[in-house]
This record gives sequence, structure tokens and C-alpha cells, in this order.
Amino acid sequence: MFDKYMICEEGLQNVVENGAVTGFQFGARLPYYRGLGLSMVEDIGITVDGETIPHEQVLFSVRGRTWTLEQMETEIEERWEMGEVAMLIVQRNGGLSSGDHKIELMEQLRISYLPFPSITRDTKTLTLAN
Amino acid sequence: MTKHNIKRGVSLYSFQEEYFLRQLTLEQCIAKAAEIGAKGIEIIGEQMVPGFPKLTDEFVAQWFGWMDKYGTTPVCHDMFLDTKRYKHRLLTAEEQLESVLRDLKFAQRLGCKVVRILVSASPDVIEKAIPYAEELDIKMGIEVHSPFHFDQSWILRHLEVMDRTCTKHYGFIPDFGMFTSRYPRVQRERFLRLGVRPHIADYICDSYEQRIFAEYIVGNVREMGATPLEIGMAESARHQIWSNPKRLLEHMPRIFHIHAKFYEMQDDYTEYSIPYNQIIPLLIEGGYDGYLSSEYEGNRHIQDVQEVDSVEQVRRQHVMFQRLLGEGA
Repeated sequence: MFDKYMICEEGLQNVVENGAVTGFQFGARLPYYRGLGLSMVEDIGITVDGETIPHEQVLFSVRGRTWTLEQMETEIEERWEMGEVAMLIVQRNGGLSSGDHKIELMEQLRISYLPFPSITRDTKTLTLAN
Repeated sequence: MTKHNIKRGVSLYSFQEEYFLRQLTLEQCIAKAAEIGAKGIEIIGEQMVPGFPKLTDEFVAQWFGWMDKYGTTPVCHDMFLDTKRYKHRLLTAEEQLESVLRDLKFAQRLGCKVVRILVSASPDVIEKAIPYAEELDIKMGIEVHSPFHFDQSWILRHLEVMDRTCTKHYGFIPDFGMFTSRYPRVQRERFLRLGVRPHIADYICDSYEQRIFAEYIVGNVREMGATPLEIGMAESARHQIWSNPKRLLEHMPRIFHIHAKFYEMQDDYTEYSIPYNQIIPLLIEGGYDGYLSSEYEGNRHIQDVQEVDSVEQVRRQHVMFQRLLGEGA
């Protein structure tokens, strides 16, 4: 459900802090028909150009607040709203080069009424502008 | 035609595709519903009310403003119960009750007199919520949703509580997915696009129509040398059911809201899988006087290949309702 809308087509960019490129980010949505508390977003897996990003390098950011995946596990107040674009930030020195990059995204959700984890994937080639 | 007092509405769940993609705002969803003549509005707070469960006075004022502007009526709020909110433990019974009460209050502020109770909710927890529902005058309806049906053992536990307590504030919301006579064509076609071989898809759909027990369908497909995807399609038959629509008559006193589920409204204004022409006369016969609330669920099966037009799908369903309810066009 909503698989193909998980990765936003626009918005891949490098993250610059104090003049240094510390990573890259892109927009993502929840593949679900309602919003969900962040504690129930069990896992976010990112692969870029075939390279799997270690979990500790991934940050989730929405409405001006940012969490590590570990911090999300205990966040029971804030929600990822339905269709809302969150930023997935990958901490990686140098970020990405300009041009096309193949992004693979997996989101694993803990949906209380489902007897199994909900795992959804999307793959898109995004372009990083100069 | 026998006189009846059946009203038409829509669950905004139906417009999830357009809302998700920000093609329709909440206000526009309500406006579209009104244009179609679906004047009773059902909302899923967790879907279309950002910041749920918080409700600002401003939002509530705007909500009632929209109801006035478009001539619509708030009818139902659909609750969820996140028993798995925490990673390492389930919610306690007290926490579950608290979550149910949160949704009852949410519904009340939005003027909804009915709350859809998720089918997986425990009858013990709902029983504890009855006094609160009575005080708020909100009817709690357990959603009898496929593969559950009226005679399924979990639903019978809920029925036992309804009978024992004799409350008017706890009953059924049947989801008409439990009257899926044919395997949905849109779902079959999606499986074909994903790579299911046509002879396997045909076997599954034919077996479903012959009412072959889903476990046999899965087993037989395995023996046919099915791929994991094909087994997945066979397993999806476990989640569809055809149950007897006449059971609606027996339970009519406990039914105060209906999810008029559909997957595909065709050009001729009939639903491919669910025989509404058999079901709606039973509602009239039984004196049902609540809303038929449209619940379109076909988008997930077609969104990979075509633009979804949920509004047109709901419109077609209401043309069908008008015909079956004997309303002048």
C-alpha cells in the first residue's frame, strides 16, 4: 500500500554543516493509510547505490525535530502523519556526488492488528543537483 | 418499494489516495462527499486530523463550520487501538481502556455519535468502556470485518457482552467485505502484474467462487508448483469471505452503522465482487435506519498502474445506492 510513494522524487540534497558536507537527505512518507506514533516505526533501512547504510547513521526528522532510530523506539508522543513528508538524513562525510543515485528504502511498521510486521519497500533513482 | 429511512454517507477513508498525495484537503474531501450526496461523514482521526488525539478549539470550530457550509453531518469516528505501542510489551488492560476513552471523547468533540471499534479490540476492554459510552451517549460498534463474520468465535465473544449487558451503546458495524462473493478483480489483476501466472490466478478465483475452503486453495496451489508470490495470492483468499447476508436481519437491532465496503464500481454502476442488489433489500426489510457509509478500498490494488479516482468510485456507488434505495435520481 502506497509503496511507490515512499521515496519522494524531489528533494535529494547534501547536508552542509559549518561549511562541511556531513551527509545527505531525502523526503519519505509512511506507506500506510493513517499516521503512526514513532515508536511503532520499527525500522528504516536505506541503501544507496548498492551500499547499505548502518542504522546508527540514519536520522529521522519531521516538523523541526530529529531522532535517531534508537530514539524513535521510545517516542510515544510524536507521530508520523498520513502522507506527511519526513526527512531521512544519512550521516556520511562528503554526502553524495552530484548526479543520479539509486535509493532503496525499507520501512518496517508495527501495526497492532496485524499478526506480522508490515514491511514495505520502494526504490527510486534520484538526482542530486550541483 | 417499502418505505425506509436509510441514509447515505461516506467514510473519508475512501479518499485516502487523494488525501495522501495532498490532492484533496480534508475540507475538499467533505465538499466532494456533499456533491455526491453522501451527507453523513465518517472520519478516521488518525488519518486526517494532524496532531491526533489533540483537538484544538480552532479545528473543532472549523469542522462544524464545514458541516454547516456543505450541509453534512458528522456520523462516525474510527478508532484504532495500538496494543503494540511499546516495543517490548503489550498495553495493559487499563492502558487499552484509556485509549478507547480517548477516542470516545475525540468523537464527541467532533459531534460523532458512533465510534468504530477495531475488530481486534478485546471484548473485556470494551465492556469496561460501556459506562463511559453511555454517559457520553456514543455508540460503540465493533467492526465485523472480513475474515471475521457474525458467527465467528471472536465476534461471538463480543455478542455475549452485548447480550449480557443489554446496553444500547455497544453493537455491530458490519463491513460489507464479509459479503465478497467474487475475488476482487482489481486484486487479481495486481497479482498478475506482479508475476502470478494466469492459470494459477484463475484457479484461485474459481475456487473462491466455488467456496472452497481457503486452506485447501493454499494447499492445492502449493501442489501446482506455485511460487511464493502465487502462494501469497492463494493466502489472500483467507482474508476474503462470503457469509450469509441474511444474518443482518437477525442482528439488525444491534446494527447502527454500516461500512459499505467496495473494491471496484464498474461502468454499469454495479460492484464487481459484492452483490449489493442482494444486500440492500435486506436492510430495507430489516428496517435499518442508519447510514450506509461508503468505504472504497480499491486504490491499493490499482495505484501501481493508473491514476486513482476515488471520488468517481464513490459517486458510482451512490448512484447504485440511489437505485437500490428507490431514491429519485
